[in-house]
Amino acid sequence: MNTQANADVAMTDAASNEYLVFSLGDEEYAVDILKVQEIRGYENVTRIANVPEFIKGVTNLRGVIVPIIDLRLKFNLENVEYGGQTVVIVVNVADRIVGIVVDGVSDVMSLTPEQIKPAPEFGVTLSSDYLNGIGSLDDRMLVLVDIEKLLTHEEMQLVERTAETA
Amino acid sequence: MDISDFYETFFEEAEELLADMERLLLDLDVDDPDIEDLNAIFRAAHSIKGGAGTFGFTVLQETTHRLENLLDHTRRGELKLRRDIVDTFLETKDMLHDQLDAYRNGSEPDAEAFERISRVLQQMALEELGQGGADDAPPPAAAEPAPVEVAASESAAPEPVAQASEPQDAGDRQLAITLNGVNEKDRELLVEELQHFGKIVSRSGDQACYSVVLASDESRDDIEAVLCFIIEPDQLSITDVVASPADDAPAASGNESAGSDESAPESMAGESVAGESTAAERAVHGDAEDDIAQPGPLANDANTASGAAASPAKPAAKSAAKNGGKGGKNAESSTIRVPVDKVDQIINLVGELIITQSMLEQTANDMDIVSHGPLVNGMNLLQRNARDLQESVMSIRMMPMDYVFSRFPRLVRDLAAKLGKDVELVTEGKSTELDKSLIERIIDPLTHLVRNSLDHGLESPERRIEAGKSATGRLTLSAQHQGGNILIEVIDDGAGLNRERILAKAKSSGLPVSDTMSDDDVWQLIFAPGFSTAEQVSDVSGRGVGMDVVKRNIQEMGGHVEILSQPGNGTTTRIVLPLTLAILDGMSIRCGAETFLLPLNAVLESLQPQAEEIYSMAGDDQLLKVRDEYLPIISLHHALDVVGAKTEVTESIAVIVQGEGRRYALLVDDLIGQQQVVVKNLETNYRKVPGISAATILGDGSVALILDIADLHRLDRRKSQQRHESKRHHLQEVSPA
Repeated sequence: MNTQANADVAMTDAASNEYLVFSLGDEEYAVDILKVQEIRGYENVTRIANVPEFIKGVTNLRGVIVPIIDLRLKFNLENVEYGGQTVVIVVNVADRIVGIVVDGVSDVMSLTPEQIKPAPEFGVTLSSDYLNGIGSLDDRMLVLVDIEKLLTHEEMQLVERTAETA
Repeated sequence: MDISDFYETFFEEAEELLADMERLLLDLDVDDPDIEDLNAIFRAAHSIKGGAGTFGFTVLQETTHRLENLLDHTRRGELKLRRDIVDTFLETKDMLHDQLDAYRNGSEPDAEAFERISRVLQQMALEELGQGGADDAPPPAAAEPAPVEVAASESAAPEPVAQASEPQDAGDRQLAITLNGVNEKDRELLVEELQHFGKIVSRSGDQACYSVVLASDESRDDIEAVLCFIIEPDQLSITDVVASPADDAPAASGNESAGSDESAPESMAGESVAGESTAAERAVHGDAEDDIAQPGPLANDANTASGAAASPAKPAAKSAAKNGGKGGKNAESSTIRVPVDKVDQIINLVGELIITQSMLEQTANDMDIVSHGPLVNGMNLLQRNARDLQESVMSIRMMPMDYVFSRFPRLVRDLAAKLGKDVELVTEGKSTELDKSLIERIIDPLTHLVRNSLDHGLESPERRIEAGKSATGRLTLSAQHQGGNILIEVIDDGAGLNRERILAKAKSSGLPVSDTMSDDDVWQLIFAPGFSTAEQVSDVSGRGVGMDVVKRNIQEMGGHVEILSQPGNGTTTRIVLPLTLAILDGMSIRCGAETFLLPLNAVLESLQPQAEEIYSMAGDDQLLKVRDEYLPIISLHHALDVVGAKTEVTESIAVIVQGEGRRYALLVDDLIGQQQVVVKNLETNYRKVPGISAATILGDGSVALILDIADLHRLDRRKSQQRHESKRHHLQEVSPA
């Protein structure tokens, strides 16, 4: 419910839309900051058997069991390492709490509608369906990920849909 | 503050009152009803009527009003109770419940049903009380005030005794209502409410003490009941200022019954109110004179006419009536309504506390006890307190089985009547407690089992007598604790299950059976989907849908069903359930570097397999011989792809587990120990994982998965099959080359 309200605010108040910028390898991505609950280190993840590789497992977030997804594996990045710098962004989407592993979090940015360009339609691993657009900031390019759409998509196998996925 | 804020309170209270009413009606001995019970039933109807009137639920108010009239006659002994009358009352109660639901969902109740029940009640009043003639008289309520006025002015000297005997019917009078410590906003609301009861004659005072003089013929209980939706009972006092003459009682009651038999409810209600308030108004003038003329007796009245409806000849009943009302309030203040999610939040937090505590404990255990004595002592104390706290918190979620059992007397009564059987229902262990989430889910399966027992289990009275049993069948519902489980039994002393018929039916529906099956295995057949041995399908049961659903529901709750049956002596269906789903007794095990938990109730034993006890079958599958029994071996590392686990069977430990009737040996690396864990749902943020039922948080804050014994078996099967297929695939690819 809360998420929905937040989402609505984000929709209507696009002028002050703020994004959390994170890095995967050399690429820069950004998610709507209103979807972000917190940022924490990568630790203590319990593996789950018989699930896709990018689902690292589950962890204990103050008594709540939260699945952890490595976006680097999902996006087929080459160097996947876990270290002190590895960060988990805890997002709240579709009434669920999910942790996503990224290489680092850099900053929070406000983007005006003019700075957001439509996403090109050529992505294979990352279909433009999951993108809000491309943020252009001086010489930086931010891939604006629609984290809710991405995480609730069947491919992610996060949400149980029908009997067929079970 | 808006009046609608109190809707929910009213709905909940009304629901409780209806439940009380049903319970009392069912307990009623038709031939010799207890006057106390009749009073209680009447009061319940009365309170609902009062509330419904306040909130403007006219249909509900009307229906209760009609019921109340009949109940009033009953408790005064004017209406002789019969079984069918009680049935009608029960039916009306159901109708009230429907109406309540309709209002709750913001819709209007079914007008047709209302018409019907009104007619039934009217008919009953007509037949049983012979009120028909008087009520059919054309002048309705509006025409009545004249005699009231006459009566009021004629009897200038009221008789205190007679008056006390019938205070409720004593048409018109003034009440002094004193509100203590009520703020202005609530006061406005209250005054507004009071206007619904009659005419406000005067009002004055401040927050500390505000008094309103109201001319109304509603009873004080009624007014109190309504006002108490807004304020506390001790903030309120109501006294009679002017009591009207006793002689107008007949007129008033005539007025009432005329109203109740009017066929158009809406217009009737309007007229009736108008009529009454006019009457009240006129009476006030008449009474005002009395007031001046006779201050003495009136002051007495204020004390004696306490608002209870009983006559002075029955002082006990009268005080009980009052205490009953008050008692209800007291009981209310000793309990509080709390939303379940608040309780769950506390349970979660306590779970967190326990985890932190065991984390600290682990650290403290590594410390030197000599130099850190106080710390270690403190840790021990903390541990004890934390466990106690957890236990107390968990007990909040516990509810007595009475919550479930109390809905069966009605069901059994109705069904028995429908099936033409004589059934006595016995409940045992009503106070046995069970987790709220389970108690709500057990209702449906249990209802099904009770229906089954009544329909198939118990015989008709004739057959029972033929079999040398008493004509009245006995159905027992019992609940008891056994270890960490609760046993719920449905016991009937009927014909028992028919082994031959079940086997025949199973054969005809193609189930794999043999004549040498054990009884227990035969009884389990009735849980197969689509299975029914009923000779004929009735609308009660026998369609064969259900027993499999019962079994599935109970398994979903982590329990199982057993059937014990003896031909001629009856059947016992036993449901075994864990007391709570929130806490699990687990056995922690290690496999590779990972820790898992096994539900302790699934673990039978554990042993170190010896090479000579292991047999292989069809190449891949292995069996373990345990005391003349060959059990399939499933290795955890294979099912869950654990890296670095022991692969040699003889080096591992075999835990013999049982789930959904399947028994197998689960190979793990090590047993760590037994512990109680807080169960955390994986599906809240993630999804169902094959082979895993839930998760928990260990002392070090990490997550451990709880294994699902039955599902693990299925998972292993699936994986073996896949491996098999890929191997064959591989072979096929290789051979042509």
